[in-house]
Amino acid sequence: MSVQKTYAEINAKIKAGKAVVMTAEELIALVEEKGLSKAAQEVDVVTTGTFAPMCSSGAFLSFGHTKPRMKMQKVWLNGVAAYTGIAAVDAFIGAAELQEDDPLNSNYPGEFRYGGGHVIQDLVARKPVKLKALGYGTDCYPRRNLETTITLDEINEAILYNPRNAYQNYNCAVNLTDRVIYTYMGMIKPHLGNANYSTSGQLSPLLKDPHFKTIGVGTKIFLGGGIGYVAWNGTQHFPSMMNIEGQELSGAGGTLAVTGDLKQMSPRWLVGTSFLGYGATLSVGIGVPIPILNEEIARYAALKDEELFAPVVDYGEAYPSFTPGNLGYVSYADLKSGKIKVNGKEVLTAPLSSMPRAREIASTLKEWIQKGEFELTEPVKTLPSPADGVIAHSLKED
Amino acid sequence: MSPKRIVLRFGTDSSVKPIVYRLVKDYDLVVNIVKADVNPQKEGTMVLEVSGERNEEGLNYLRSLGISVQDLNQGIVRNEEKCVMCGACTGICPTGALYMERPSMEVHFDGDQCIVCLLCTKVCPMRAMEVRL
Repeated sequence: MSVQKTYAEINAKIKAGKAVVMTAEELIALVEEKGLSKAAQEVDVVTTGTFAPMCSSGAFLSFGHTKPRMKMQKVWLNGVAAYTGIAAVDAFIGAAELQEDDPLNSNYPGEFRYGGGHVIQDLVARKPVKLKALGYGTDCYPRRNLETTITLDEINEAILYNPRNAYQNYNCAVNLTDRVIYTYMGMIKPHLGNANYSTSGQLSPLLKDPHFKTIGVGTKIFLGGGIGYVAWNGTQHFPSMMNIEGQELSGAGGTLAVTGDLKQMSPRWLVGTSFLGYGATLSVGIGVPIPILNEEIARYAALKDEELFAPVVDYGEAYPSFTPGNLGYVSYADLKSGKIKVNGKEVLTAPLSSMPRAREIASTLKEWIQKGEFELTEPVKTLPSPADGVIAHSLKED
Repeated sequence: MSPKRIVLRFGTDSSVKPIVYRLVKDYDLVVNIVKADVNPQKEGTMVLEVSGERNEEGLNYLRSLGISVQDLNQGIVRNEEKCVMCGACTGICPTGALYMERPSMEVHFDGDQCIVCLLCTKVCPMRAMEVRL
């Protein structure tokens, strides 16, 4: 009879220090050695990891009140605007926001050296950050302006809330035009000069649970070096783009919205990031544990780079014009080998997603679980899976 | 004797002098220009491979003109604290000085192969590649 485990049983083993925990890459090796059934019986938890730029990230900050009180209508942190259309001294700093005086792409390609992601990294690094605020004055909040310096420890709350992280899969970007392009996938040289991709493949959290059988609302995760939780599905969560075999991957698949207390995170795992000619963002470290409840879950968690595919997309013409289709699929094994074939031509590849860091996350999470410091949470709600047939809409003009 | 790879940095006044000619004629050096960005009345840089017995004399001549002379592998450095080893630089480095070790996917930098094109200093998403002056 095939193996069946529950969250409670696995957590009891974690507490007793007896759980068998492996990274997704270690599981792959074990399955190759002993077969799937044996591996599914032996292993209780598989850890995953990814460290890459994730633009839809940010933090809710609650600064504390001033004397006299102030309703902050405009807020800048180190010159980067934060959104204040929420209560008096609350603001949301978005990773992709730029400094007010950034020259943007007026001197193309712009450098975008400092943005919201860098503010978040500076805060987490415990560096002082300049806060400037304007208000319009009310009877209850009379103050109109403020210039001061804050640190992460002094403000009341700082809650990382990333509306879209951990993309299940992503395009491999190439350029068919005859000019260099600067994109969120990096600098892409003309005439298929290079190819950039951005997932950790066989370690990537959502590629290892493609049907969302274990990852759901409330799942406890490694986030930014600390503890976080899956808050909801991420925006642009379109898991139906993956077929039932988990192989024919078009587009990007599912995503996660994640949250956690910024004060217990680390600047090693939340890194301000700049893309030449494109903008600023935040690189986020995320690791998700997958409980091996049965053999089917083990089979997906053991998918290897040879069995996972990314679509090759032309970012010179097809992507910006929103033309559907792609130039074929390549496996993550090929992408990681350093070269792929596109339109019959050999193209050198480079990742934007750090494999050494992804491995470090998966190992760290494994260690936390082995030590009994990190127990698994059963989702309080499952996320839409490929079977739900979520369809992407696009904007129409009037 | 293997050629010495050096980076020259000119001020606005020294970029008009025919220094390569002088190195060849007066000091009998074999000079290979790897990369040059020299414009009249502007600051400039030049990457050279030089070999010959009077190498040091030639370099001293350049220094006497106020030109900064540095070993090539000291021009660009990687800030190890900032580098996250993503690998984005490896796709654009023209000489393979920045490359990935497989299967670890760790990024390495071989300063001897660097021609100081400076592409990595702008393309690195963490801005971990720095110019040392």
